[in-house]
Amino acid sequence: MSTTFTKSMARNIFYGGSVFFFLLFIALTVDTTYALPKRDNSQNLTPSVERGKKVWEVNNCIGCHTLLGEGAYFAPELGNVYVRRGPEFIKAWIKAQPTGAPGRRQMPNFHLTDEELDDLVNFLKYTSEINTNKWPPNIEG
Amino acid sequence: MQYKSQAVAKPYFIAAIGLFVGQILFGLIMGLQYVIGDFLFPAIPFNVARMVHTNLLIVWLLFGFMGASYFLVPEESETELYSPKLAMITFWVFLVAGALTVLGYLLVPYATLAKFTGNDLLATMGREFLEQPLITKVGIVIVALSFLFNIAMTVLKGRKTAISLVLLLGLLGLAVFFLFSFYNPANLVKDKFYWWWVVHLWVEGVWELILGAILAFVLIKVTGVDREVIEKWLYVIITMTLITGIIGTGHHYYWIGAPEYWQWWGSIFSALEPIPFFMMTVFAFNMVNRRRREHPNKVATLWALGTGVMAFLGAGLWGFLHTLAPINFYTHGTQLTAAHGHMAFYGAYVAVVLTMISYAMPILRGRAANSPKAQVVEMWAFWLMSVSMVFITLFLTGAGIVQIWLQRVSDTPMGFMAVQDQVAIFYWMREGTGVVFLIGLIVYLCSFFVKSESKVAA
Repeated sequence: MSTTFTKSMARNIFYGGSVFFFLLFIALTVDTTYALPKRDNSQNLTPSVERGKKVWEVNNCIGCHTLLGEGAYFAPELGNVYVRRGPEFIKAWIKAQPTGAPGRRQMPNFHLTDEELDDLVNFLKYTSEINTNKWPPNIEG
Repeated sequence: MQYKSQAVAKPYFIAAIGLFVGQILFGLIMGLQYVIGDFLFPAIPFNVARMVHTNLLIVWLLFGFMGASYFLVPEESETELYSPKLAMITFWVFLVAGALTVLGYLLVPYATLAKFTGNDLLATMGREFLEQPLITKVGIVIVALSFLFNIAMTVLKGRKTAISLVLLLGLLGLAVFFLFSFYNPANLVKDKFYWWWVVHLWVEGVWELILGAILAFVLIKVTGVDREVIEKWLYVIITMTLITGIIGTGHHYYWIGAPEYWQWWGSIFSALEPIPFFMMTVFAFNMVNRRRREHPNKVATLWALGTGVMAFLGAGLWGFLHTLAPINFYTHGTQLTAAHGHMAFYGAYVAVVLTMISYAMPILRGRAANSPKAQVVEMWAFWLMSVSMVFITLFLTGAGIVQIWLQRVSDTPMGFMAVQDQVAIFYWMREGTGVVFLIGLIVYLCSFFVKSESKVAA
């Protein structure tokens, strides 16, 4: 780089540029916060959904599955599983684990109570109704 | 060693390497579970192995960053560390907390761990990479603060260089953005939105400042190029990092419920994210070509060049592959993401920590460089690990492309598990190259024990 472009100029551009783009990011975040209620399905955020989210978290479901495409890629996407499988299948499936089929991927049994299963299903229903800009491309997730 | 207190870096580096070994072993377990689904089940279910794999990575990189800081800052500041004693206390606290957390993952069901570690008080667990129990998270904050205090006090009482200021800024950002890990609203969209303030703003933001500072420090040392030149490069690179990377966070906001305009912001800015990595590569090669001295530590130079190249490939190129919204619509959350993640972390962060260790460890052991024989062994380790990582990435990319085609693009999409069976061959090949990576790591460990017949004078 030429000598007319000095280190202190580079430093000033760094500070100025970083601050500018961070403030822009904050501005976009504020705008997003105002836009979210129309998209995030928060009107259906019932106590049961909140409990269901906790069931999801304390059993580390994200350690194998993706939820809206984020998580581990070892087991199916669950953001739309409510639509794909329906509530009864989901509950029966969770209760039937592990399958014990030799050589197949195994899901542990988490010993969930009936209430926890209902909460989890409600959480998955709420998740499936978030406006995700039409992702995933098809029902298979 | 110019300053006595730099010696505290040594245990940090040793711990980092030890945890690195653990990370790779658990990676191999998971890789095998991809094809032999019931391997080690129910003793180590996949989710537990993954938690250990990713958390060990984060913790050992943090050990590496801390060790690098303790080595670099006294030299840059031309003064002894503010408190070597505090540095050692922090070391043991962090190591014990890390070990207990991993043992907790392995020995106790996760839900039980959550119950006994205060998750009911404040629910922060069960989110990818932020699985640590509340008490561990609080511990991380305390360790980070005491570390920051120590480094900042050292910088304040000594010479202030661009390298130490950029490093300090990166470390401060690391601590500040980690605080968002305590924010976990019931609203899933908000949860995910701010989760990225930790994850993205760490690895595609402030960590790159730390990376740049470490790389610049080692390049000054091994090339002897004028500090003014190197620090100017450093500023330009991190400028590009932050002006592309901050708004680039938007590439995670396409499909999680955030407004559609993020597809534009995210695509445009994150498409520019390869630029700082490309500049880093040009920078490293440029400085080495313009070197003013022949430093006896050849392998440290190799690692420095390797950091540039592998970071550009993994973070830059493989990131760009799937960052544009119309493409990401099909690739989001597939093995392609895994491919990118592996090479990006290796190229950017694993490589820069190993660069620093390669440069600093011989000095900490009382010599300017290791014997040529030991260096050749370490070079073998570099090539084995780097090339096998390229192949791990290529095989996961293959798996990803087939997966995307069968499950997402096809007119008759197949179910997730049926597709997994179709791509098993790629997983087998990935596991094979994973074993080569482990061999490379073993060779790396051996390089520390190669007896030198002719010591290079310190």
